[in-house]
Amino acid sequence: MDSYNVPESTPSASSRPEDYSVGATPLQKRLESIRKQTSFIPTPPRRKVPQCSQLQEDVDPQKVAFLLHKQWTLYSLTPLYKFSYSNLKEYSRLLNAFIVAEKQKGLAVEVGEDFDIKVIFSTLLGMKGTQRDPEAFLVQILSKSQLPSENREGKVLWTGWFCCVFGDSLLETVSEDFTCLPLFLANGAESNTAIIGTWFQKTFDCYFSPLTINAFNLSWMAAMWTACKVDHYVATTEFLWSVPCSPQSLDISYAIHPEDAKALWDSIHKTPGEVTQEEVDLFMDCLYSHFHRHFKIHLSATRLVRVSTSVASAHTDGKIKILCHKYLIGVLAYLTELAVFQIE
Amino acid sequence: MSVLRPLDKLPSLNTATILLVGTEDALLQQLADSMLKEDCASELKVHLAKSLPLPSSVNRPRIDLIVFVVNLHSKYSLQNTEESLHHVDASFFLGKVCFLATGAGRESHCSIHRHTVVKLAHTYQSPLLYCDLEVEGFRVTMAQRLVRVLQICAGHVPGVSALNLLSLLRSSEGPSLEDL
Repeated sequence: MDSYNVPESTPSASSRPEDYSVGATPLQKRLESIRKQTSFIPTPPRRKVPQCSQLQEDVDPQKVAFLLHKQWTLYSLTPLYKFSYSNLKEYSRLLNAFIVAEKQKGLAVEVGEDFDIKVIFSTLLGMKGTQRDPEAFLVQILSKSQLPSENREGKVLWTGWFCCVFGDSLLETVSEDFTCLPLFLANGAESNTAIIGTWFQKTFDCYFSPLTINAFNLSWMAAMWTACKVDHYVATTEFLWSVPCSPQSLDISYAIHPEDAKALWDSIHKTPGEVTQEEVDLFMDCLYSHFHRHFKIHLSATRLVRVSTSVASAHTDGKIKILCHKYLIGVLAYLTELAVFQIE
Repeated sequence: MSVLRPLDKLPSLNTATILLVGTEDALLQQLADSMLKEDCASELKVHLAKSLPLPSSVNRPRIDLIVFVVNLHSKYSLQNTEESLHHVDASFFLGKVCFLATGAGRESHCSIHRHTVVKLAHTYQSPLLYCDLEVEGFRVTMAQRLVRVLQICAGHVPGVSALNLLSLLRSSEGPSLEDL
């Protein structure tokens, strides 16, 4: 009886995309993708090991150096309505006025407070995966120095950047007026992030939400980043688990020499260029069983909270620090995927 | 050795016994309490176990329904369930086994992908239920549902058998499961 149903379902499923692909409106495409998700149980994910994309040749390592070695807080962002790259100066002006107004609102007159701030919008070239991805852009808040001295640039108070790397699944379903930049990374005071978030939400009718990374995705990151070939290792590979117990939770930290981790991964890894669910599970199980043999603690019953490798380090609260510029695009691609998944 | 078989003991009069297997003691205890609070025509007996095989020294009644509780936050509970499944006789899987996945509500804490549990339930041809056992309201509803399923498995509901119920539950799942 079960085999009788299969021939009926598969031809109808394959003919549906052909019917809709010609002249489909974005709404129809969107409904189609949602329908596909609910009717098929997804196959185990296979992901490409992050490689250098050819677009990265345009990226000047000096220009993106300020993106590395900084802790970024992650947010997912819905598409921006009527955002234009030619109006960046206008946006800088408006945002500057908005921030000054917000800061003066709740405060009594505080002399000496740095109201002398400057907001700069700029595009970040090369921070994308394919040509279809929209250009990434950067927002910086600088403090204007009071004295007309040499460093007229001022100190950077807050940095935030928007990007989209390999965001094809979202780009297909969205109409022309929208710009899709689902990943937002912020570094700086939380109050500034909130103010800027409010301005973007009011101006472009979008919505920010904090991007958390669950233990499942963290273990994928650990495996993918261990798989990356790095010339020299700048950091040990470290994992942090949180044990759920009362009254306070305990943290277990496990540090491995990065070359040992790579050796373990190489012994597990089979298909070059592709990472499967089984390999990730096996990698983590090896670590768990090694730990259990020595300490008799089942790490699989705890929650993975932080992963740190020479490529990048990620925390479950949505904090990331990228250390290696070679794999920057790869890390961003995975984060974009998580952001798109959260939006949808 | 000590494999659980569905029909190796005689049933007691008007008694239905359920076995909850899982690593989360607190959650199992709370679920058991919720089930015992339900008013039910038959006498309910709830047994809790961390894993199978069960110790053979204890004198226990015939088990009518086994529920494997998998906590999506912990890979250990999944591994424990997979190992316990080896100690259950194949004839139990004709409607007398059920999987319960808890913890799906807190996505940020999940270590297991939802589809791993779906595949497990599909491999063993048994229904998969989702319930956040930490939330009181959901737990009470799930307890009511389990009591009902238990009564059917114990044969206390005239006209419906465990196998009937299983085929009823399975026909509502899409044919795409066969692609797995």
